[in-house]
Amino acid sequence: MSATTPALQRRVQTRVGGWYERSTTRWCYLFLLPALVLTAMFSFYPMVMSWVYSTMDWSGFSDDMSFVGLANYAELVRDRFFWDSFGRSAVFVLVGTPVRVGLALLLAIVLNRQVLRLSVAFRTMFFLPVMASASIIGVVMTFVLSPSNGPVNAVLAGSGVVDAPVGFLSDPDLALWTALVVHGWKNFGTTMIYWLAALQTVPEEYYEAARLDGAGAWALMRHITLPILVPFAVIIIVLTAKENLHAFAIVQAMTQGGPYFRSEVIEIYIFRTAFAPDGGALPRLGYASAAGCFFGTATLLLALAQFWAVRRMGGRGRTGTPAVDAGAPAGAPR
Amino acid sequence: MTALDVRPPRTEDAPRPRRARPKPARARFSRRERIWAVGMTVVLVPLALAWVYPFVWTLTSSVKSNQEIFGSVNPFTSVLRIGNYAAAWEQAEIGRYFLNTVFVTGFSILIAVTTSALMGYVLGRYRFVGKKVIIGVFALVVFLPEGYTIIPIYDLIERIGLSGSLWGVTLAEAGGVSIISVLLFAGFFGQLPKELEESARVDGAGFLRIFATVYLPLAKPVTATAVILQFMHSWNDFLLPLVLTLTRPDLRTLSVGIYALRDEYFSDWGVMTAASTLALLPIIVLFLFLQRYFVESIAGAVKG
Repeated sequence: MSATTPALQRRVQTRVGGWYERSTTRWCYLFLLPALVLTAMFSFYPMVMSWVYSTMDWSGFSDDMSFVGLANYAELVRDRFFWDSFGRSAVFVLVGTPVRVGLALLLAIVLNRQVLRLSVAFRTMFFLPVMASASIIGVVMTFVLSPSNGPVNAVLAGSGVVDAPVGFLSDPDLALWTALVVHGWKNFGTTMIYWLAALQTVPEEYYEAARLDGAGAWALMRHITLPILVPFAVIIIVLTAKENLHAFAIVQAMTQGGPYFRSEVIEIYIFRTAFAPDGGALPRLGYASAAGCFFGTATLLLALAQFWAVRRMGGRGRTGTPAVDAGAPAGAPR
Repeated sequence: MTALDVRPPRTEDAPRPRRARPKPARARFSRRERIWAVGMTVVLVPLALAWVYPFVWTLTSSVKSNQEIFGSVNPFTSVLRIGNYAAAWEQAEIGRYFLNTVFVTGFSILIAVTTSALMGYVLGRYRFVGKKVIIGVFALVVFLPEGYTIIPIYDLIERIGLSGSLWGVTLAEAGGVSIISVLLFAGFFGQLPKELEESARVDGAGFLRIFATVYLPLAKPVTATAVILQFMHSWNDFLLPLVLTLTRPDLRTLSVGIYALRDEYFSDWGVMTAASTLALLPIIVLFLFLQRYFVESIAGAVKG
């Protein structure tokens, strides 16, 4: 009796356990199915197909799609409009990113101080524009910045700073910079929150210990805060740079790339080529796809180079690389 | 969690305990620090007010006539002209766009949060054949160049016959399953004790029942964060609904609708600002009440 019980028990266990395991595996796949289907439809398929389309000549509305090989790319590298818009996006990244990351760090350091009573209210206010829809911000800002009747020009004229109203969006030399500032203002709060999250990782005890040793505010900043922030800086710079490449909604709503294409960033160029060609020309979906793929690859290389450079520069064991860097900023394509 | 905790200790969501604590802040800071704080506040108050001025301007202009708006900086007004809202809702079809947006946002939240909860649950709690492959495949989504995915999505929606209904936009908004939400759910479910499952199994509960009645109810904070992530995405998204409704103006969402109206109502700032207020207010009010979750869902991106 006592000899057979363990054996029986084991047999029952394996049978029941095996059944349970198998049924569990089946449930696991069932649970994964919806996410896999959605991702296949809206991430993988479009990703692959945008490369396929980039080798096609296709106006989109009819089914006459013809394979042209690399002709789109060959045309692209000679397209002045493409490179000009590429350059404007580069301005967004190269000017917008350091300014935003730097100012947001300054503000975050100030707002992180607990002695500041109104800190929470300030955070809320600086974060507020992040919540708003970019296209609606763009529309509203065309009013706010309007040379006729807009409040900003009313202030400027009223205080005697300018003689004539400033055409923030109608002046070809100004439009891009206006868009850059509005985009930076709208998304500033995201970068600030990133920095605040990073600052929260600095243990309070470090400061206390250093203060006991007689360290001043600057020494605390220089020797405790900044070294801890370095690994976060990489991620924050990459995320902010990425966001600066995606200024479509704001620019489209404010200037549509005008005047005279002078504020046409890359996403506007691609959109115009694909969906809104001027002068009644046919849409060129294949060509737009090629521009998108070219641009997407360039972006990726840029991000990788950034990671690589900082890793080499820092040479630290723990770089705090996140598992995932995509997704969070509202409105960023996922 | 502690790393993400962007709130200062308990000031914003629990004001009462703060008051209950006997003089906390005063004693902790030196005189010099307090002087610094006062100086900083004096600098930051005007800056912060200027920062949100466009919103104040929009809100107050929405109850003014054009004559009162034009050239005026002063946000205050003596008469509230609600007619702008009626005009925006009826003539400018903001009512339709508003309901479209509610539909798209609501259902895309339902779809996206459900799918990422299901996926996060099995990734966080179970080991099964092919798990590594699936994780690897999802990592690819993050690291491959995007291309211009909107064109294939546009084409796909057309092909599956959803281009004429709001479901096309809804599915596409829910589509690129948010990896952040999946990771949040996986991390949360993964750290829950296995005993919960075992005791439920003894009681005869199956896989589905264990998920739905034991684990899911515990995941309320993560669910809230995932809902808010998707809410921000769906309510505000622009390019996707713009392209998908190019030939179907009646399916526009608010952010597309207001953009499309700006030429027609170019000179009617009262109506346009009323329309913008209708679009901005829901998400801003929600944000003011649920700040913690909003901030957390955004800060998640830099979690080390």
